[in-house]
Amino acid sequence: MDIFLQQLINGLVLGSIYALVALGYTMVYGILELINFAHGEVAMIGAMVCLAVANTLLAQAGLPGAAVLGIGLLVAIGACVLLGFAIERVAYRPLRRAPRLAPLITAIGVSIVLQNIAMMIWGKQYIPFPALLTATPLHIGGATVTDVQIGIILLSALIMIALVLLVQKTKLGRAMRATAQSPEVAGLMGVDTNHVISLTFMIGSALAAIAGVMVSAYYGIAHYYMGFLLGLKAFSAAVLGGIGNIAGAMLGGLLLGVIESLGAGYIGPLTGGVLGSNYQDVFAFFVLILVLVFRPSGLLGERVVERA
Amino acid sequence: MNQNLIVKFTLLALAVSLAACGKKEGAESAASSNEIVVKIGTANPLTGTQAHLGKDNENGIRMAIDEANAKGISIGGKKAKFVLISEDDQADPRQATIVAQKMVDANVSGVIGHMNSGTTIPASRIYHDAGIVQISPSATNVTYTAQGFNTAFRVMANDAQQGKALAEFATKNLNAKKIAILDDRTAYGQGQADQFEQVAKANGGEIVAREFTSDKATDFMAVLTTIKGKKPDLLFFGGMDTQSGPMMKQIKSIGLEAKFLTGDGSSTPKFIQLGGDAAEGAYSSLPGVPTEKMPGGKAFADKFTAKYGQIQLYAPYCYDAVNIMIAAMQKAGSAAPEKYLPELGKLEYDGVTSKIRFDEKGDIKAGFVTIYQVKGGKWQPLETLGGEAAK
Repeated sequence: MDIFLQQLINGLVLGSIYALVALGYTMVYGILELINFAHGEVAMIGAMVCLAVANTLLAQAGLPGAAVLGIGLLVAIGACVLLGFAIERVAYRPLRRAPRLAPLITAIGVSIVLQNIAMMIWGKQYIPFPALLTATPLHIGGATVTDVQIGIILLSALIMIALVLLVQKTKLGRAMRATAQSPEVAGLMGVDTNHVISLTFMIGSALAAIAGVMVSAYYGIAHYYMGFLLGLKAFSAAVLGGIGNIAGAMLGGLLLGVIESLGAGYIGPLTGGVLGSNYQDVFAFFVLILVLVFRPSGLLGERVVERA
Repeated sequence: MNQNLIVKFTLLALAVSLAACGKKEGAESAASSNEIVVKIGTANPLTGTQAHLGKDNENGIRMAIDEANAKGISIGGKKAKFVLISEDDQADPRQATIVAQKMVDANVSGVIGHMNSGTTIPASRIYHDAGIVQISPSATNVTYTAQGFNTAFRVMANDAQQGKALAEFATKNLNAKKIAILDDRTAYGQGQADQFEQVAKANGGEIVAREFTSDKATDFMAVLTTIKGKKPDLLFFGGMDTQSGPMMKQIKSIGLEAKFLTGDGSSTPKFIQLGGDAAEGAYSSLPGVPTEKMPGGKAFADKFTAKYGQIQLYAPYCYDAVNIMIAAMQKAGSAAPEKYLPELGKLEYDGVTSKIRFDEKGDIKAGFVTIYQVKGGKWQPLETLGGEAAK
């Protein structure tokens, strides 16, 4: 039981991170029906920038670890917000009226460019992320949980609540929802849709930056290629929950994390040793396929009528 | 429908990621009448998670070749100019066979490599079919030399020896009774873990968990939690430092209290860098004797460090592999593989790592295995075992 609880917590930590990244995919898809494949790379850049800032600050010494991480995170968010804005401006806006495949190709292009830039700046190796937070193990009902894990879950929950409030309660949120329904009509009603789209990218990128920093601080490493799998998993989480749906992305992310964790923990005994824990990714994608077969629009997705 | 598009996009993204590959063209062959150009090939992972180790191998080889060129070695009365053709196999078995074919097409006289067992084994068939001599500096999987290829050699003790030394150390010196085993499912990691398991069982160890991860994973929380549930005294990991380093931190954070033992792939400075404080106390093994106890270790380490920086892992073995290949060419008076191959099998060579002699399979005779432990942020040698013939 204690092991089950611990697996569940492992899954929730992983799931919270997936959910943050998945929100970026789903928000952009909701508004533009575009899959921003460069999104995982934005998270990677966030992690790398935070790492660089943290190392510079540590070299000066004098600051406590948590403060260094805080500053690093803020700089990373700033950098990624700018990056998100730039990506939309350069790679997607000129193609707004082009066939849908064109911005998809530029998305993949941007992703490759960002990876290579990161590789040139920070090298090809795994870079150790400085231990800024000393993880203190806490014992809850037999499971060992660190304060870092709890921090990740709480911070993600807070951010997600804030995002829901932003979308549901503010003027900007209303403009975003209107643009998602129909950019033309929203424009006629006086919404500056270009502005709204830019802001959507910037918010998504900020979330990705936070997720990227969480991943690298949690596992203690950063790597130029880390955005790829993170992006793919988060994209799957968004699809699982119903892409375009904000609550769906959160649910999908958490579910995918928990499924992966429990899958890795129990797939061996369940299949009598035929499949081992190395099938953890396969297990997660298998669940994704199952859900899509029976509910093609995802768990919380609604069937939307194709726009004219 | 949107969903159709999404499925297509996912497939497209996968295809793009799989299609990424690197290429580099090299090697010119312009030889005057009294000079011969000898092309030596090598393939290592120069990109990806093991790039730091691949580059280390390449540097060791490059140093040997530069020195040979500076010395002005002659083969069969002609002055030899050695040219290095270095390829990136990305530690990927599929890429390795492509690269191996490229080497064959470039008409290399011999190949040093590959670095990983998973790449060395499929490539060895291609070299064998083309009659090209291959010396691996670092592939330790038993299968490599057990395929009956007369062209396959290695200058490092194999996993049968290393797994045996590791398992004996675990059960006798560390007195481990309940043992958990984790490997990365590569030919290297799995091969070593299998050898370890066999000997550990024979010595009365109980295997309480046999779990798996991959050579690209960074998240081990789930498997480690499962392992924790089995309460082992010792965890053995078969795999590379890019996995085991971060793994140390995760072991600490979930409160798994077992001794950690691993093989040569994790016996690197990078392991300590990635593992940080959590790496303290970990045990590893490395075929051969510690660099400072190698016959020419100190001199080699000084030269290498001055030129390329800290030795990661296999550079001294690479250096020896090149030199023994050149020595065989000199003895045969020819750089043609079919001419110097018989000489290579008979040669006795005093390398920087040890005295190198090959047995009939191409394994090194009398391979040593040294056990290390991380103490004070550094790998410290504990004891050297073995020195018996490789099986």
